[in-house]
Amino acid sequence: MTNEPILSLNALTMRFGGLLAVDSLSFEAKRGDITALIGPNGAGKTTVFNCITGFYEPTSGSIRVTHDDGKAYALEKLPDFKIAQRVHVARTFQNIRLFAGMTALENLLVAQHNRLMRASGYTIFGLFGLPGYRNAEREAVELARYWLEKTQLTDRADDPAGSLPYGAQRRLEIARAMCTRPVLLCLDEPAAGLNPRESDELNVLLRSIKHDTKTSLLLIEHDMNVVMEISDHVVVLDHGKKISEGTPEFIRNDPKVIAAYLGVDEDAVEQAEAEAGL
Amino acid sequence: MSAARTENASVLSHALKDALLASIVAFGLFILLLGFLIGDARGGMGLTQRPALLASVIGIVFVGRFLISLLYYNAPALRAALTRAWTAILDLATQYKTALVLLVVAIAIGWIFFAPAQWPLVVMLVATLLVGISLGFSAAFLVFAILFPVAFYDNPYYLGIAIIVLTYVMLGWGLNIVVGLAGLLDLGYVAFYAVGAYSYAIIAQMYGWSFWACLPLAGLFAAFFGILLGFPVLRLRGDYLAIVTLAFGEIVRIVLLNWVSFTNGPNGIGSIPRASFFGIPFNAEENGFAATFGLEFDPTHRTVFLFYLILALALITNWVTLRLRKLPVGRAWEALREDEIAVRSLGINPTNTKLTAFAIGAMFGGFAGAFFATRQGFISPDSFTFPESALILAIVVLGGMGSQIGVAIAATVMTASFELFREFEQFRLVIFGFAMVGIMVWRPRGLISTREPTAYLKERKTISVEHVAEGRG
Repeated sequence: MTNEPILSLNALTMRFGGLLAVDSLSFEAKRGDITALIGPNGAGKTTVFNCITGFYEPTSGSIRVTHDDGKAYALEKLPDFKIAQRVHVARTFQNIRLFAGMTALENLLVAQHNRLMRASGYTIFGLFGLPGYRNAEREAVELARYWLEKTQLTDRADDPAGSLPYGAQRRLEIARAMCTRPVLLCLDEPAAGLNPRESDELNVLLRSIKHDTKTSLLLIEHDMNVVMEISDHVVVLDHGKKISEGTPEFIRNDPKVIAAYLGVDEDAVEQAEAEAGL
Repeated sequence: MSAARTENASVLSHALKDALLASIVAFGLFILLLGFLIGDARGGMGLTQRPALLASVIGIVFVGRFLISLLYYNAPALRAALTRAWTAILDLATQYKTALVLLVVAIAIGWIFFAPAQWPLVVMLVATLLVGISLGFSAAFLVFAILFPVAFYDNPYYLGIAIIVLTYVMLGWGLNIVVGLAGLLDLGYVAFYAVGAYSYAIIAQMYGWSFWACLPLAGLFAAFFGILLGFPVLRLRGDYLAIVTLAFGEIVRIVLLNWVSFTNGPNGIGSIPRASFFGIPFNAEENGFAATFGLEFDPTHRTVFLFYLILALALITNWVTLRLRKLPVGRAWEALREDEIAVRSLGINPTNTKLTAFAIGAMFGGFAGAFFATRQGFISPDSFTFPESALILAIVVLGGMGSQIGVAIAATVMTASFELFREFEQFRLVIFGFAMVGIMVWRPRGLISTREPTAYLKERKTISVEHVAEGRG
């Protein structure tokens, strides 16, 4: 077990033509922690996520993930699927992306593709139904069953994902990401569109992921009920820059964060910046 | 009382107006088509007027439209009666299902007594029916196919049609991997069919290898071409992918047409070696099939053999596809059809996934091509034109993308009807067009538009079509 942070961003910059979406952002996420990334709309949170998970190639800067065994990976040069495949970083999407025509169980089996692919001898052994593959498939179904139970979806396992209610789809997407056995799970607004009871259940689920697996979590969230209750560390973004970071209590009372969220007139911003020494 | 009369009058005038409008449309449509005939006249071309024909057609349209709008659209009672009658017929049919089946069996048995020469046909029909009732539609289809040569041994014409049908069933199943499972729209599938056919023809002629040695090679070459096509189109989706695959099909055909020194160009390749029965040729000589098995020589032996050969090849295609669907690679294809970005986020290599779909789909096209070459004995680029690709794609779309049995039904209906209605040459495409429109109206996602899940925890539930994506390439 190494004490290196699981994820460290160093001067990450992402530019879309003339738009500077992320401006020299640096922060770290500790191993085993739940780290939250918050900020007003358009602050660049999802862009940071897309850089970490390889859907965008950052303009400059570095993203490093260090595994338990001390092995470090530079994510900024890896394509998206290799990040999930080799570095074991999984993600969910702001607008749910399930395989709607496949059942909940099938969704979770697709997530275990790489492991099953090796077990099936890259399809050749599997084609003839050799026992090695059959055992691997049984294990895969067991893992899927575990996560279906965790997310209270066992009853809906054989229904197409597209027919599940919204909250269940959100949970299924988390279960699918967990079936890739990630070291870092990135959740893009997991509580969006959930009612208060469902978002409480989400808190329970995320806490249990943190405690029962070795997975560290990074989440983008607008629901402060979720953020303040479960995160260990909060990073606040505004206009692509980090404006604050710390424990939830610290963030809650930070005037810069309050200003960014509620908006203040120009003088107050200048005053706040002068105080902060910017 | 007077209100009812007014209503009747309005119904009548409405129907009249409607019929008049339809007649005007019919006049516009038919004046040039039927009203005039260009033909030989003394000293050159002449124009014959046919007012009587035109008038009678418009008259039919007028009366027909008038009756339809009067009787059907404006008479709810009549419509209700028709619906009731139809429901009653359906109810009766379901209620007396067993009786109906027994009736058919009884007729079949009666047939045996009155027409003893027909007994193989009767055996086939009865067996198909019984298996269909007990084991379902797919099994009935299989029994029908296996017994077909027994029933139609004396009818090489029907055997020939059946072989063509099975070739298209196999092609449909092959393309179904690419279009139905992986959701990649491929308009140039016939290119792989051509590659398979030419690989077999050229290797067999140049090196004298047997069909059984050439068959895997033809599949391999086609798979290689599948990967060759796959690479440049990896980033393309939907319409763009369709256009490039269409162009690929044309490129292959044009190369075959112009590379005269290798493919013999437009003259095609003739006298391609025929398939042998695992080394025993089908001929009248002493080492031939008939002599070896102590039979009297009959050219139908070869046809029957070809029938079972393509049946076996098609069944292998089906078996492999069904297996692959339950393996990680098949699930990845379907996931790719549903959402490519989510596939990437799960660490699945989309490039490999697409390429395997193209390669395996193409491989089966190649097998079918090799079979085509050995059956025909002659191939030329004319057999591999775009309409051929369109027909195979139509089979997959009409059958229901991803459904094996749907594709088999669609292939049977489309190719068999094409052959059987050869006499109505001129109307074939019209009927084809009507069938297409009908399918698009009533079954926009194909005949069988449900999806069978590949794994289940408690019970296997069929997935209805509204959840399943069609794939955007």
